[in-house]
Amino acid sequence: MTAAMLVSPALDAQRVGLTYPTRSGETEALKDIDLAIGDGEFVALLGPSGCGKSTLLRLAAGLMPASTGTLQLHGKPIEGPSRRAGVVFQKPNLLPWKTVRDNVLLPARTQRLDLRAAGKRADELLELVGLAQFAKAYPFELSGGMQQRVGIARMLLPDPDLLLMDEPFAALDALSRETLTFALQEIWSVQRKSVLFITHSIPEAVFLADRVLVMSPRPGRIVESLQIDLPRPRTLDTFDTPAFTATTQHLRRHFNASPI
Amino acid sequence: MPRRSKLLPAPIYPLISLGVLLLVWHLAVRWWQIPDYLLPPPSAVFDALSAGFVSGSLWPHIWATLVNTLSGYAIGCALAIALGALLAESETFERFVYPVLVGLQATPKVALGPIILVWFGFGAASKIVLVALVCFFPLFVNTVNGIRRTDPELLEACRAFSASRLFLLWHVKLPAALGDIFAGLQIGVSLALIGAVVGEFLSAQKGLGYLIASSSVSMSLATMFAGVILLAVTGLIGAEIVRALQRRVVFWQARKQ
Repeated sequence: MTAAMLVSPALDAQRVGLTYPTRSGETEALKDIDLAIGDGEFVALLGPSGCGKSTLLRLAAGLMPASTGTLQLHGKPIEGPSRRAGVVFQKPNLLPWKTVRDNVLLPARTQRLDLRAAGKRADELLELVGLAQFAKAYPFELSGGMQQRVGIARMLLPDPDLLLMDEPFAALDALSRETLTFALQEIWSVQRKSVLFITHSIPEAVFLADRVLVMSPRPGRIVESLQIDLPRPRTLDTFDTPAFTATTQHLRRHFNASPI
Repeated sequence: MPRRSKLLPAPIYPLISLGVLLLVWHLAVRWWQIPDYLLPPPSAVFDALSAGFVSGSLWPHIWATLVNTLSGYAIGCALAIALGALLAESETFERFVYPVLVGLQATPKVALGPIILVWFGFGAASKIVLVALVCFFPLFVNTVNGIRRTDPELLEACRAFSASRLFLLWHVKLPAALGDIFAGLQIGVSLALIGAVVGEFLSAQKGLGYLIASSSVSMSLATMFAGVILLAVTGLIGAEIVRALQRRVVFWQARKQ
């Protein structure tokens, strides 16, 4: 537990549960989730498909209410989407009829930010994600990896404290995925945001995170919280260190033991 | 895309087919000595067209049909998009009104022509109303469907950035529905002409529909064919304009087509 966490966690979930009605009665998607993300902490949430990890992220993003328990963002209850939390999903979800720059500026329009300041920031962020020369391009002119970079810039535009990332690289080819993983570490080291990063890739989780949480299949519960003490900045060589291998192997046991 | 030989520009090929058709028509009339009052040769139709243009007698008809069609089309389409957007947003409306309107879509709207005539008189108004009514339905249904089919993940992503309902409708759902809206506008072009012509058949003093109907009394088939050809050309130009607009407005979908 870091000192910052004792002050005020960026995200604090306590005994969060979610049930929803189905034809065959109630389905329990999440059960008794306790989760705290410290200020500037990078937490990866690992779990099999359908364990409810995306649902947890939607709760944190204020896109739906929890059935039980409390969720707080910097000590304030989450009642809806907030400027202080930015989101990226597996799909880039860009507006196809807007240029890259206008897509990055979307939060400025929806959250009524000062457009001039936002414009300047959008240009800086496009620089940061390496797409400055594509500002006037349209999403269909970009590759999947580039579109996801636009999504990351859009997420960062309102300068949120908490980044909620739902398998952002899962739909990309292996090479783009690796490039973006490095890019994200780079961005994170500069911006120092709190991150909840959902993935089903163990190496990705271990490479990026300060702490890896493992979630069980439905109803989703957090079954392990593992501190990753690999030195930063992590590089390609990190993948080959014994510590990295040992950690991934340890985590993999969770998934081999139970049928996925 | 399959490989195609590109010897000539694409529009040439249908023109060749058209030329062959005209030639067959011409030869058939000659060969079997079909009388003019049954099927005039293409040259007679051409003569009727050029005489009509030279003397100026065709212009009022063309103008009347164009004005009726365009006014009705504009009114019907504007209403369809506006009501479609409102309806797609309101669950109550959707539950009560949408099924009724979809059911009405199966009714041939031109059957209402005589009733509309009684209500709106014998002038331009009845034609405009009929045209508006005819092109309203497909566009309305397309608008509702287009808005409903908006990618839910895209909507959720925008909601995560606190997008308001109005923002979602105006900046996400409507643009997303534009492909479907243009498909409806495309169908509307030919339906609008049908509406105008039927209206003019029923009762009118001018218009291409009137020209065709009144020429039927005097059995001047060349004039009737001239009217049909003018309608066909109008429809083609209209559809082409809508298509060109679609390519410019819905530019991000142009690649998929």
